[in-house]
Amino acid sequence: MNLHVNYMGLPLKSPIVVSASPLSEKVENIIAMEKAGAGAVVMFSLFEEQIRSEEAIYEEILEQSAYSSAEALSYFPSVSEYPVGIDAYLRIIEKASKEVEIPIIGSLNGITNSGWIDYAKHIEEAGAKGLEINVYYIPADIEMDGRTVEDKYLEIIGLVKKAVSIPVAVKLNPYFSAMANMAKNLDGAGADALVLFNRFYEPDFDIEKMTISHALQLSGPGEIRLSLQWIAILYGRLNASLAASTGVSSSREVIKYILAGANCAMTASALLKHGISYITHMLDEI
Amino acid sequence: MMDGNEATAYVAYRVNEGCAIYPITPSSPMAEHADVWAAKGLTNIWGNIPQVIEMQSEGGAAGAVHGALQAGALTTTFTASQGLMLMLPNMYKIAGELTSAVFHVAARSLAAQALSIFGDHSDVMAARTTGLAMMASASVQEAHDMALISQAATLQTRIPFIHFFDGFRTSHEINKIEIIPDSVIRQMINDDLVYAHRKRALSPDNPFIRGTAQNPDVYFQGRETVNAFYNATPGVVQEMMDQFGSLTGRQYHLFEYEGDPEAEEVIVLMGSGVETVKETVKWLNDHGRKVGILQVRLFRPFSMQDFIDKIPVSTKKIAVLDRTKEIGATGEPMYLDIVNSLFEHAAQEESRMNVKVIGGRYGLGSKEFTPAMIKGIYDHLQGAKLRNHFTIGIEDDVTHTSLPFDPKFNIEKESVTRALFFGLGSDGTVGANKNSIKIIGENTELNAQGYFVYDSKKSGSKTISHLRFGPEPIRAPYLIERANFIACHQFNFIAQVDLLKYSEDRSVFLLNSPYGPDEIWDYLPKKVQETIISKKIRLFVIDALSVAAETQMGRRINTIMQTCFFALSGVLPREEAIGHIKKAIEKTYYTKGKAVIERNFLAVDTTLENLKEVEVPAQVSALANQKEQLSNGISEFVKEVTFSMMNGLGDSLPVSALPIDGTYPSGTTKWEKRNIADQVPVWEPDLCIQCGNCSFVCPHSVIRAKFYHEKWLDDTPESFQSAPINARGFPETNYTLQIYSEDCTGCTLCVDACPVDSPTESGKRAINMEPNTEVIRAQSQESARYFEAIPWNDRSKVDFSSVRGSQFLEPLFEFSGACSGCGETPYLSLLSRLFGDRLIIANATGCSSIYGGNLPTTPWSTNAEGRGPAWSNSLFEDNAEFGLGMRVAVDKQRDFALQLIKKIENQVGVDLASEIIYAPQKTESEIRNQRERVAVLKAKLLKLDMPEARELLSVVDHLVRRSVWLVGGDGWAYDIGSGGVDHALASGRDINILVLDTEVYSNTGGQMSKATPPAATAKFAFGGKQVGKKDLALQAISYGNVYVAQVAMGANPQQTLLAMREAEAYPGPSLILAYSHCIAHGIAMENGMQQQKLAVESAYWPLLRYNPELRKALHNPFVLDSPEARKTMEEYAYNEMRYKILTKTNPAEAERLMELAKEMVALRWKTYERMADTPASGFQPVN
Repeated sequence: MNLHVNYMGLPLKSPIVVSASPLSEKVENIIAMEKAGAGAVVMFSLFEEQIRSEEAIYEEILEQSAYSSAEALSYFPSVSEYPVGIDAYLRIIEKASKEVEIPIIGSLNGITNSGWIDYAKHIEEAGAKGLEINVYYIPADIEMDGRTVEDKYLEIIGLVKKAVSIPVAVKLNPYFSAMANMAKNLDGAGADALVLFNRFYEPDFDIEKMTISHALQLSGPGEIRLSLQWIAILYGRLNASLAASTGVSSSREVIKYILAGANCAMTASALLKHGISYITHMLDEI
Repeated sequence: MMDGNEATAYVAYRVNEGCAIYPITPSSPMAEHADVWAAKGLTNIWGNIPQVIEMQSEGGAAGAVHGALQAGALTTTFTASQGLMLMLPNMYKIAGELTSAVFHVAARSLAAQALSIFGDHSDVMAARTTGLAMMASASVQEAHDMALISQAATLQTRIPFIHFFDGFRTSHEINKIEIIPDSVIRQMINDDLVYAHRKRALSPDNPFIRGTAQNPDVYFQGRETVNAFYNATPGVVQEMMDQFGSLTGRQYHLFEYEGDPEAEEVIVLMGSGVETVKETVKWLNDHGRKVGILQVRLFRPFSMQDFIDKIPVSTKKIAVLDRTKEIGATGEPMYLDIVNSLFEHAAQEESRMNVKVIGGRYGLGSKEFTPAMIKGIYDHLQGAKLRNHFTIGIEDDVTHTSLPFDPKFNIEKESVTRALFFGLGSDGTVGANKNSIKIIGENTELNAQGYFVYDSKKSGSKTISHLRFGPEPIRAPYLIERANFIACHQFNFIAQVDLLKYSEDRSVFLLNSPYGPDEIWDYLPKKVQETIISKKIRLFVIDALSVAAETQMGRRINTIMQTCFFALSGVLPREEAIGHIKKAIEKTYYTKGKAVIERNFLAVDTTLENLKEVEVPAQVSALANQKEQLSNGISEFVKEVTFSMMNGLGDSLPVSALPIDGTYPSGTTKWEKRNIADQVPVWEPDLCIQCGNCSFVCPHSVIRAKFYHEKWLDDTPESFQSAPINARGFPETNYTLQIYSEDCTGCTLCVDACPVDSPTESGKRAINMEPNTEVIRAQSQESARYFEAIPWNDRSKVDFSSVRGSQFLEPLFEFSGACSGCGETPYLSLLSRLFGDRLIIANATGCSSIYGGNLPTTPWSTNAEGRGPAWSNSLFEDNAEFGLGMRVAVDKQRDFALQLIKKIENQVGVDLASEIIYAPQKTESEIRNQRERVAVLKAKLLKLDMPEARELLSVVDHLVRRSVWLVGGDGWAYDIGSGGVDHALASGRDINILVLDTEVYSNTGGQMSKATPPAATAKFAFGGKQVGKKDLALQAISYGNVYVAQVAMGANPQQTLLAMREAEAYPGPSLILAYSHCIAHGIAMENGMQQQKLAVESAYWPLLRYNPELRKALHNPFVLDSPEARKTMEEYAYNEMRYKILTKTNPAEAERLMELAKEMVALRWKTYERMADTPASGFQPVN
C-alpha cells in the first residue's frame, strides 16, 4: 500500500513519525528508525533553560578556580576548547541529516525571544528539514489572563517563522478555552503544522515514601480521544498540517488518526516500550 | 600577546617530533600547550604531530628524551628547579654523546632552607657542568626567538642546549611580541642536519653500540674528543643569530653591549634583569653618566674573546651580577668567568684594560630587581672602595654584604599607563586583566605588559595585577611601584592592605564599594583618607556586586571592573574600549552560548551608569581604622617576622630577622583571621544532636566541640552558646560547638554533613549558613575566647572509636590556606586530632606541603602542653625515603634510650625503669601513663651527675611512642615517588603512609597522574585517560605484612576513623588511600562529600581494610567495608566536569571509555569480593 503522506510540505514515506524522545539522542537510533519505516523523526527537545543553566554551571566551575594560585592558573586544559550547550544537539542533527534521507525535525523549547530565534536558526543551519516548537509553558501566574497566554504563543510562532525558512510546527497543549480559534490564529501566524497534543510532566505523590514522584507515564491508547476529536474538528479548516501525538501504541491508533484527518501520527511511547523495529510492525498492519 | 612559556613552546613544538613532559612550576604551561596542540592535531614544520608523552618524573622525562634522541627523533622537554636536577644524569649522557636537543627551562630557585617556586638561576647554574650549551633569554620576545636559534644551533653544532629564561618574570609575563612566521622557522632549520641526526641514531640496519663502559686507558681521552665541537659552538650560534637577524630584522649577539660607548662602569648579567638594566642605563646616560651594560646570551660555552671584544675599552669597573648563590666558592659562576676572561686576556696579550671587577647577587627567588637597585650598583661602582661579593635588594645586617640604594629612585615614563588591580583569585580580576591586555595589545598600536602576583593561599588568595600600556615597547620586568591607576576589587582590602602607597599624585583610585559616593568617605580608614587628600587622588566607586546581581552575573564582577578601568584610565577612547570589550566577550564566550554573552553585555552597559566619582572632602573624618594586629600572647618572632610577611612587608625584613636553617614556629595560621567567607555556619544548639559530623568534615578545623561542667556557664558572654550534653552518664555537663567564623572559608560541607532536619522549619539544620556580618564576627571572637578558656577534654575520657567522640579531640591542624571545601584537609585534621601530640610528618611536595608549610604561616599547631605535629617537607620524589629515614632515627634513638635506661636502672629506680621499658603504648591512656613516667624519669635524670644521664636526657622523649606518617598526593605516591613508596612499604618498618588521592596533580593545576581514572580528562589527558588507575591497594597487599585501607570520609567517616587508628596501631608499614575530592574534579565543592559517597555507592571507590594482624590470627585479613554498586558509574562520574567534558568534546570516545571504566570497576569489585571470601590461608603469611 502507498503510505506516502505530506506533512507541512515535507513528503514522508509513511505517516508514522517518531516524536521527541530520548531515542533520538543517538544517531544510530535515528538510522534504525528510518530503516524501520519512520516517515520522519522529531528530535528530542532542546530546552533553552537547560542550556542556559548548563552554560552557567560550566562557566562557574571552570572559572571558579582560575587564576587563584601562582602554580595552578587553571585546573583543566584550555577552557575555550570545550563546546557546551547547544553544540552537542546540533552535532547530532548534522550527523543524522547526513546519515538518513527522511526529514529530521528539530524540537525547540525556548524561554526568551532571543533563545527562540537563535536556536531555531542554528537548528536550521545544522540541517533540520523542519522545526517543531514545543511551547512548554504552564501559565501558573494567577494574574495572567488567557489572552496574554495566547498572544505569547502567537508571538513565538511569528518570531520563529521570521527567523527560519524551514516549515515550523507548533506542539500545543489542549488547555485553550477556544481551541479552534486558537488553532486558526496559529495558522494565521504562519504555523505550518499543529501537533496535538503536548503532554506536561505532571508530578505525583508517592504516599509510601511521602515524596513527590516525577516519573513520566508513557501514553496509552485510552488517551487518544481528545486528540482524535480536535483533529476531526480542525481537519479541512486550516492551511496547517495536523499531526496527532498522543496514545499511538499500535497501528489501530494510526489508522484512527488518519481517518480523523491527521497528516501523520507521532509516537515515542510505543517505541520505548517495544523497540524501534515496532514501526515496521505497525506499518505492516496498516 | 603571549607569555614566555607560550612563546617558547610555540617554537619548540614546531621544531620537534617529540616532547617528554612532566609538570613543574613555572614550566608546566609549556608542556600543557604542547599537549593541547598535539590533541588538536597541530603539526610541526614537517607536517606531523609531535608525540607528547607525560612521564612519571623529570628523571623519567630526561630518560625518554635521551632514548628518543638515540632513536633519531628530534625531542625536547620543559622543566625547572628540582626537575632539572633530576634530569642532570641524562644531560651528561646526552651531551657526552653529542646529541642535538634543546631543554627549555623556566629558571627557578632550588629548594634549600625552603622551597621556592619563584625565579632565579640556581637550577641552570647547577646544570652548567653537564656539557649542555646554555642560552639565556631576557624577555618574552627573546624566549620566542632564542628557542629557535638554540634549535638551529644544536643541529649544527651537535651540542645539546639549555635554553632558559626567568621563571615567572618571563615565563608568566604577558607581552606584545612579533611571532616568527613558520616560513622563517622552516628556513632556520636545515633538513640536512635533521637527516644527519637521524642517521646517527641507533638502527638494526646499521648496528653499532653507544653507551660503553670505558677503562682508565681511554676514558680521559674520550672526554677530550669533543673539544673542537665546543670551540666551534659560539661561532655557529652567532651565525644562526645573524641568519635569524636577516630573516626577521631582530639581530642578536652572543654578548650585547648597550650604553655609553665611553662607559667607565659596566654591569654584566643575563636573564630578565637585563631589560631593567638597559632602561636604567638609558636614563643614566641621558643624565650624563658614563655607564653601560653587557648582556650575556650564550653563557656556555663561554666565549672569552667575544666577551672581551664587546667590553668598551674605556671600562674601569665591572659589576657582574649573578642570580644565584654558590656557597663556598670564590665567587658566583658568571663572576668567575668574567674575572678569568679578563685575567687570561691580560696574560695572553697586553691588556687594553685595567679593570676592577666585583661580583654580586640579586633577585633570588624572584626578589624584585628594580632601577633603584641598579642605580645603587652604579653609584657604588663610582666610589673608591668597592665591596665584592655584594648583595642588592635586601638588607644584610649580619655579614653586611648588601649595597645601599634609594628605593624612591624611579625611571617610569609618564607616557606609560601603570595600573594596579587588587583582587581575589576567585573574582576573575586576573582573567579580566589578561583580557584587557589582549584587547589593547592586539587591537591598538599600544604596547602592553601584564604580570600577576598571587599570595600563597589556595582559598581567598589575594592577587595583584600589574599592567603597563605605552607607545613604546615595554621593557620593565619589575613590579609597578608608582601607579597612575589603582583598582581595589574587594572592599575589605581597604582595611587590610596599604593600597595607596603605590599611587602617584593625582592618580585614579577605583574602589568596588557597597557604599555610594555620598557615604563612602566615612568608611575609609584614616590613612587612606589622608593619602587621598595629600596625593590629590580622584576616587571613584562602583557597587560591582549589586551590578553583577542586577545583571544576573552572580558574584562575578570581572567584566564590570574591567569596564570601569577602560572608562577611567583613558588608555583608549571610552566608546572604542567598550566596543573592544564586547568583541572580546563574544570571542571568549562564543562557545558558552548567547546567554552568557548577553549577560556580560548587560553588565558592561549597566556599569557605566553606576560608576560614580566621589567628591573628596578636604578633611579627614575617618570612623574606621586600618585593621589592628593582634598582639596578646604572641611571640616576638611572630610579631616581627610572621606579621611582617602577613602584611606584605616581608621584603623589608633584614637577614638577621630570619631563621638560619629554615625552622619556623608552629601554629601561626590562627593569627591571620582572614575573614574570607561571605557566609559562615551558625549553630542551633536546640536542634543539634551533637553527632560531631560537622566538626569531622570541616576542612579548616573551624568547628570544634567541648563538653564541660555546667559551672562554666555561670559567667559566660552573651554570645557563648551551650546545650546540655545528650549522652548518658554525664550529669551537670554541657556541650558547646564553637565556630571560628573569621577563619572559615564558607565551604558549607558542615551543613551538608548535618543529619538534622528541623521538624518545624523545613530545610533548617542544626548548623546553617548565614551572612558573615560584623555582628557574627564579633560574637564568634568573643565566644571563641571563652571557649578557649575551657580546657580541652581529657583525652583518656574521650571515645576515640567514634566520630562523635573524635570531635572532642583538639585539632592540631587548623585554618589552612587550602581551597574552600578541600577534600584532603579533613583527613589531616583527623590525623592531628588522633595522634597530633606524638606525630612526625614527612610531607611530599604538593598541595599538602603548600597549605601545610608555605610561609607566612603554618596550620600545624600545638596543644596547651606545647606538643604537636613535627612536620617537614623534603622534596617531591623522595618523601617515602625521607619518612622512612625519620622512622629509622626514631627507632634508633628509642633503642638507645632503652639501652641507657637499663644501664642506669639502679640510679633512676629499677621499678620505674622496668615500667618504662615494658609499658604498653597502644591506647591513649597507656600513652598518657608513659608520658607521666618519662616526666618522673626526666626529673631524676636532671639531678644525676653522670654522662649516661645526660645522654639519656637527649633521647628520653623517644620513650613515648612516636607516630611517623608519610603524607602526600597521588602524584607522589603513584608516580614520582612510587619507587620510594614501594620500598618503604617493603621495609617492614612502622611507618604510616597517607595518600591524599585527588587522582590528579592538583597543586600544579590538574595534570594526569597514574591515579587518574579512565574516561576522565585532565591536563596531559585532553582526549580522556585511556588506561586504568593503578591499584595501589592490591600492590601493597601483595606484600602480606602491609596494613592497607581505602577510605572515603564522605561515604563512611566511621570507617575512615577506624582505618586511621588501625593503621597507626599496626606495628609495621601501613598505607591509607584516602579519596579526596578536589577543585580539579570540576565539581561544586560544597557537594564534595556527596561525591565521595557516590564514588563508593557506584563501587568506583570500594572501602576496604587489609589487616595483617588478622592474618596472623588466621582470620581473613581483607574486609570490604562498602556494599556492591547501588548507583551506576555514570551517576557518580557525570556530576564531575573532568568526566563530563569528554562527553562534549568527543561523545563517542566518552561512551567508549565509560564502558571501559565500568568494566574495570566491575572487575575490581569482583576481585575484592573474592578476596573478602578467601580464607586466611589464601593470603601471604605474616611474620
